[in-house]
Amino acid sequence: MAARGRKPSFEELALKSLSTPYNAAHHRFAVLIACITFCLLVAGALVTSNDAGLSVPDWPTSFGSLYKIPRWVGGVRYEHSHRMVAEFVGLLTIILAVWTWRADKRRWMKWLGVAALGTVIAQGVLGGLTVLFYLPPAISTSHAAVGQTFFCIACAIALFTGRGWVEDAPQTAMDTQRPTLITLTLLSIFVLYVQLVLGAMFRHHGMSWWPHVLNAPIVAIVLTWTAIRAMTQYSKIEAVQRPAILMLGLLITQLCLGFLAFTTRVAWGKDAVQPETAMIASTVAHVAVGALLLAATVILAIQVWRHVPVAHEEKVPGAEPKAVAA
Amino acid sequence: MRLKLLLTFFVPLLGFCVLTACNQQKSSEQSHAATPSGPPPVPIDPATVASVSGTVHFDGTAPEMVPIDMSNDPACKGDNKAETVVVNSGKLANVFVYVKDGLGNRTFPAPANTVVIDQTGCRYRPHVAGVMAGQKLDIRNDDPTEHNVHAIGMQNAQWNESQMPKATPIEKSFDRPEIMLPIKCNQHPWMKMYVNVVASPFYAVTDADGKFEIAGLPPGTYTVAFVQEKLGEQDQQITLGAKDKKTLDISYKAQ
Repeated sequence: MAARGRKPSFEELALKSLSTPYNAAHHRFAVLIACITFCLLVAGALVTSNDAGLSVPDWPTSFGSLYKIPRWVGGVRYEHSHRMVAEFVGLLTIILAVWTWRADKRRWMKWLGVAALGTVIAQGVLGGLTVLFYLPPAISTSHAAVGQTFFCIACAIALFTGRGWVEDAPQTAMDTQRPTLITLTLLSIFVLYVQLVLGAMFRHHGMSWWPHVLNAPIVAIVLTWTAIRAMTQYSKIEAVQRPAILMLGLLITQLCLGFLAFTTRVAWGKDAVQPETAMIASTVAHVAVGALLLAATVILAIQVWRHVPVAHEEKVPGAEPKAVAA
Repeated sequence: MRLKLLLTFFVPLLGFCVLTACNQQKSSEQSHAATPSGPPPVPIDPATVASVSGTVHFDGTAPEMVPIDMSNDPACKGDNKAETVVVNSGKLANVFVYVKDGLGNRTFPAPANTVVIDQTGCRYRPHVAGVMAGQKLDIRNDDPTEHNVHAIGMQNAQWNESQMPKATPIEKSFDRPEIMLPIKCNQHPWMKMYVNVVASPFYAVTDADGKFEIAGLPPGTYTVAFVQEKLGEQDQQITLGAKDKKTLDISYKAQ
């Protein structure tokens, strides 16, 4: 154990993860929430792409009722199903937060469960506000960004409750290069968030398409750099290798989908009198893969933080520089 | 403790109320500012009034009216085509024509009659309408399905209400002039129409043959604006003498 007042070493921090037993049911439940949240993101994207955001004019009720299911036609089918999946995710998140608080011995995990609950509540309120204020771009964009943030938290909880995280001692390798891999992964998350906000602002009529398109090459460069560094330098660490490969694959898919979405919405669809199938399919897929890409990048950052500690040069007068863990 | 509670909850609430009150006062000041000042307007003499009429032409190949797919609601039946640009034998329908300038400081009371917009066949009839600021507008639902009616005002407040089949008409009015104010249904995303809110009764919408007429104008020089939802606005100057009946034809070019 680390002595009181002394900063614990990396190995000690890693050992801390052994302090809670693996709980298969808890982990499966977290995975289930992450999967349903992904479906919720797709349902939300369908609402926007079908221009159905205001088809149910009231909130928190739907056509004046909290429990009655309205006729599922036209835009109501998208908006109301989105609300129902969202309520289900909210309910599951309450259960997860309580379960984590009671079953997980890691203090930070208890608070992560609470943070997930807080995020899902904030997301619900943003969804309501966007209806009550007739889809203002700032609120609708915040709803899109917080939704994907919740998805990342759900994926992180699924990772932290997994057997690999709880039971396996981390395989580590020092990072001696600059910029460090953790810096690159954090930069990747940052540029992806910027891209998410720009894309959501365009989708919700708050901004032109060109800032989102101009930022795409920056995202591509930063993420490719990060993925190649992770794949080439840490090829033996599977926990880093897998999300890096996934991130690169999703990036390529996302760039192709972005081109398709641009073509179907901006080039072909600008005078469309109603949402067309090609536009709906490409834009919804673009949002969905974007969410997966952000989540994969967050997982990569977490795994890099765990497995690739940053080496600092210790300067001893008259001696050769020596790499030590931070 | 109580003082802390008071400070925590009531001070922000008080601030919000003050801000809201200031905002309302500002709006009220703005609406007063819109009232024309200066010498009282010359009354219109019915014996000297003139009129302007004409035709709006469309040069070039008319765009095809795209059929609308209404399959997402089985209650929406019949043929429905996009009405973005409606051309009949080279004449352009649904162009809003109004006197944009030249009436000076004259003000006109809102007429007592109600403008009706009907939802039938999952489309709005008419597709383009004109009303005066403050005039009543009735929105009816003659479809066997539910609609939501969403007015997306920029100068006027937005509203969004659902309307069951054969429900009581939604009665509304718009307080401020606003050209091409969209009204749409998010349940049936192809349903869109435009209401034009003006300050004078001198307006018209071109019919299926592209024709319009604005009557009862006092003699003077006017700017007449032609506004089409996709093709934009064209302005024309015209001078009318007493009892004049002038013709004003314009053309929109194919884009």
